[in-house]
Amino acid sequence: MSQSNKSHWMKTAAGYAAGLLFGIGLAVSGMTDPARVVGFLDVVGAWDPTLMFVLGGAVITTFVGYRLVFKRTAPLLGGVFQLPTKRELDAKLLGGAALFGIGWGLSGYCPGPAIASIGGLSLPLLAMLVTMVLGWFAAKRLA
Amino acid sequence: MDWTAGLQGLVGGVLIGLSATWLMATLGRIAGISGIVGNLITQCPKGDSAWRVAFLLGLISGPLLLMALGGGLGNVAGSPGEVIGAPVGGVGLMLVAGLLVGVGTGLGSGCTSGHGVCGLARLAPRSMAATGMFLLTALVTVYISRHMLGLGGGV
Repeated sequence: MSQSNKSHWMKTAAGYAAGLLFGIGLAVSGMTDPARVVGFLDVVGAWDPTLMFVLGGAVITTFVGYRLVFKRTAPLLGGVFQLPTKRELDAKLLGGAALFGIGWGLSGYCPGPAIASIGGLSLPLLAMLVTMVLGWFAAKRLA
Repeated sequence: MDWTAGLQGLVGGVLIGLSATWLMATLGRIAGISGIVGNLITQCPKGDSAWRVAFLLGLISGPLLLMALGGGLGNVAGSPGEVIGAPVGGVGLMLVAGLLVGVGTGLGSGCTSGHGVCGLARLAPRSMAATGMFLLTALVTVYISRHMLGLGGGV
């Protein structure tokens, strides 16, 4: 195998490992259950705190992990660290986040759990995935 | 309070954090699902698609692996042994919700993972603002749908 071919496959394998770990994390935490997510958002109902533990565990782990990673000058498999450089809090960011929150509250699905739940596909989930992709195309045109 | 569910949430959250750390360490990328998958589908970036496809397949195979192991590691509310919970609404509601999630994460450049996990961990002001905003509108949406319109158990 040539050097560039080998590096290509290692990058692909690293991507798969990241996705697999992410998917296992979502499933173990119960985020593949939209009722848990809506239960967290329903603060005046029978509140389900699970999502708070998930987000807390993920943010703290990533916070520590990133600090270790950024001691290096470049990623292990080559290239550069690709971090967002935009700083301004514009209408697109806040308006987009506001719309996303409404959809998230209605369905209990954000993109990760919606995609990770494909293994238990139902008609409502399929409907959501189709319009989510259409929404991504629409956002591209609006942007 | 259900401490087992909370503990599973914490363990799953740490796994998600390890995934985000791994992706940054190896490929130098933010683990934002809407960015990884959204850009793959809408742009098919040349020379930058294979790892996205692999990530997507990994994401789908994670819960499948837990199901293959018998489902005991799942954390579906009120259904021990289940890994993937049922949708909380019908097709009509999900069509609307999906469009809002797609347009919103597209315009806002991120979702719960990119802004909520990776962005907060980087202490990025844009991600803090976005996370505060989508949490707020999600809370208000659930309050209105469940407690003002009386649509219990989802919508």
